Amino acid sequence: MIEQIPYLAVILIAGIGIATILLKKNLIKMIMGLAIIEGAANLFLVTLGYREGGIAPIFTSAPGKEMVLPTVQAMTLTNIVIGFATTALLLAFAIMIYRKYGSVETNNIRRLRE
Amino acid sequence: MSQYAALLLAIPLIAAFAMPLFGLIGKKIRNSWAILTMLATVAAALILVWEVLTQGTIIYAFGAVDPSLTIPFDSGGVPIRILFVIDAMSAFMILTAAIMMFAATLYSISSESEQTGQDGYYALLFLLMAGIFGMVSTGDLFNFFVFLEINSLAGAALAAYRIKGGVAVEGGLKYAFISTVSGLFFLIAVGMLYGQYNSLNIAYIASVIDFTGLSLVAVVLMIVSLAMKSGSVPMHFWTPDTYSSAPSSITALLIVSSMASLYAIFRIAFSLFGLTMNVVTVGWVIIILGILSMFIGVSMALPQKDVKRLMAYHSVSQIGYMLVGLGVGLAVLGDQQMLAQFGVVAMEGGIFHIINYALYKGLLFLIAGAVIYRCGTANLNELGGLGHSMKWTMGFFIIAALAIAGIPPFNGFASKLMIYESVFVFNPFIAVIAMVVSIMTLASFVKVFHSMFMGPKLPQYETVKEVPMPMLIGMGLLAVLIILFGLFPDLVVNTLVEPAALALIDRSGYITSVMGGI
Repeated sequence: MIEQIPYLAVILIAGIGIATILLKKNLIKMIMGLAIIEGAANLFLVTLGYREGGIAPIFTSAPGKEMVLPTVQAMTLTNIVIGFATTALLLAFAIMIYRKYGSVETNNIRRLRE
Repeated sequence: MSQYAALLLAIPLIAAFAMPLFGLIGKKIRNSWAILTMLATVAAALILVWEVLTQGTIIYAFGAVDPSLTIPFDSGGVPIRILFVIDAMSAFMILTAAIMMFAATLYSISSESEQTGQDGYYALLFLLMAGIFGMVSTGDLFNFFVFLEINSLAGAALAAYRIKGGVAVEGGLKYAFISTVSGLFFLIAVGMLYGQYNSLNIAYIASVIDFTGLSLVAVVLMIVSLAMKSGSVPMHFWTPDTYSSAPSSITALLIVSSMASLYAIFRIAFSLFGLTMNVVTVGWVIIILGILSMFIGVSMALPQKDVKRLMAYHSVSQIGYMLVGLGVGLAVLGDQQMLAQFGVVAMEGGIFHIINYALYKGLLFLIAGAVIYRCGTANLNELGGLGHSMKWTMGFFIIAALAIAGIPPFNGFASKLMIYESVFVFNPFIAVIAMVVSIMTLASFVKVFHSMFMGPKLPQYETVKEVPMPMLIGMGLLAVLIILFGLFPDLVVNTLVEPAALALIDRSGYITSVMGGI
């Protein structure tokens, strides 16, 4: 049972992120929701690679013990970098919208539809 | 072995990051560098497509002693490097992307010539292309995610590039949001597959797959996230906003990137899971998504006043045709007799429609861009009488509009006919809907033609003249290809489309090309 807790946390965190995106009207909060989903994805990947009592996967003079999986860790690192770029881009858009519209509430960002 | 697979990515990536340096030297140098890069990339793409068509599937293992060495001797029979697997279907997508890249870059040289910040514009444009080429050639799931993100970031930044008082940023923001959410769901699905099969290689997972409940969740997540990115109903709400506010040449490329997402749906459905999943159910889900996209897209398009918004809703509707064609192929994948009778033709129609759609829809958006470039407005109620001054543009518009409505002898007719014929055998009701949608498309474009080009010359557009040469060449190439594809559909189907459809069906061939006869 104890091994399942991280997966439950992943589902919970992803749910919080999705709910934030769907329910909040403020752009900055919606971007935060996106970052929370990204955290859930990262946690999921790292948990997949964890082995009980495993050591760091460095082969040079390693004691012949079980190792944690390195591929998912590399994937997590890549995703953190990508997430950084996406969040920066989205926040830049939010700044631009605030300058032009004077608001970051989605109710006021409707100029395109008129 | 072929180095062109690596060059296809290396050229646009290096050129993109060198672009600001060339921009420091001067405007002419920068434009020449952009054109040179575009020509080099298109040349590499064409040579690669030629090699695939003559020699069969090409594998390129990055970082291996020999690029064709997919499985190192000490890895225990598991492919460990990032692999590019370019079969006939990937080659088909590379060709589509290369044609659109040629037209859009040439068009940008003129249409953006008055604008600021062109260094960043071309840098992002080449990053977008690198992302698309990577998405359609990679044989590795995580690598696909990385290219998807490169493509999304560059696409969102380009869509918002001309701020236009904030509306372009609004479109770009929606695109960035939807692509990031879809990318993250795709990544979680990749994680689920990795957790079960300890590999990211599509061919390896396909060779050991054992369809469990978790794989079902992964399939659903992948198809939903990629459908979101390709702009089909019910996740289509971003397409009109983003397509209408982005610069026109970029809209033409965003269409190609939505095609790349569509390609990924079918690569995953046919090559990764294939018959291990319940193809009838998944096929029907895709068909229903397609019918809804067709119908909702076209009915939303009819009342639009903004020409680019109208065209954007039509692109939702056209994606429906491809989903229906390939969905029918997927639904009958398990039944050899039905597959031979009409399944293959339906798939060929869907695949042929991908390139046709990219050609005429790209051309339509470039025409809308040309009209906006000269008149400064996209509102159909204000435009009028342009046929007197923009004769070439009007001619191209007639070709593209007849092609999208499926009137012979243009290319839209050729692929739609294949879809109608085969889908009619599968289920007559779907074929009838497809034809009705086609008629509504024609009605909508007659309206656009009438309000943009017909009527007396309006006083406010007295000084309007034809657009510059590079824009005309870009549009002209697409128009010529539309006519050629419409006149000789058999030639195109036999050389390009049929191998692509067979490559999708032949799942074991895809596995063998990587795993080597195991």
